[in-house]
Amino acid sequence: MELIATPRHDALVVTVNESRIDAAGAIRFKDRMRELVAQASPRVILDLSHVAFLDSSGLGAVVAVMKLLGPDRRLELAGLTPGVQKVFRLTRMDSVFVIHAAVPDALRDVG
Amino acid sequence: MSAEPPRTPALAGREAAQDCVLAISADPLAVRAALQSICARNPVRSLPEPLRATVELVLAEVLNNIVEHAYDGAPGLIEISLRRQSGALHCTVTDGGRPMAQGTLPQGHLPQPDARDLPEGGFGWFLIRELSHDLRYARAKGRNVLSFCLACDAASDRLAKQSG
Repeated sequence: MELIATPRHDALVVTVNESRIDAAGAIRFKDRMRELVAQASPRVILDLSHVAFLDSSGLGAVVAVMKLLGPDRRLELAGLTPGVQKVFRLTRMDSVFVIHAAVPDALRDVG
Repeated sequence: MSAEPPRTPALAGREAAQDCVLAISADPLAVRAALQSICARNPVRSLPEPLRATVELVLAEVLNNIVEHAYDGAPGLIEISLRRQSGALHCTVTDGGRPMAQGTLPQGHLPQPDARDLPEGGFGWFLIRELSHDLRYARAKGRNVLSFCLACDAASDRLAKQSG
């Protein structure tokens, strides 16, 4: 499970460099995220633009990450591909997360 | 993986009509490989992208449920059969694991998003029921047989939604 974390201003941008977050990878995703979000930052932005497939186990793992951030930190999602977006929309979990079309420009690796 | 799947009476003699039949071991990595293989060949490969994604998602939920609940992590075999007919993909999935509780499928109500206690599970059957039609479950000869249909074109997708 390749996850790349980049601190940017007040946010930690975590890019998922995998094509799937599924039942076979959900636990590793959650464990790796737990390590990464140990770095203090009020916002965590999960860049899902490389993820083409997410099943209900993957969705559960993303929710679990949101919960382990606690009430004072936010998990935001960015770059949802159509298949992933559909899972969030059908389960109405799109109402729970702040979802960006892409990682906000201000937080991008400029240059 | 190359083992010939045992044939249920319903499948016997209809082998030629089957577009895709495979038997896999009940573990999450085998499920992942099976999904990738199913999407890479017909009848699923030729579907438009949004419908292919739906097929992959519903099959993933069905297969992962079997691994986690019917077999509960124990080794076992899952047989998958897919056939395209009359604008629908007819899917049959068979396993030798435990029967469904009370012999029926879970209702699959959508867990309510509650900001204080967000649900981490319980979405699988909701997604299967939301995206499939003609969902049937039977316990036959000590095996679970789940069958369902998925839309193969936008028109039948709409019909499925209206009748559901």
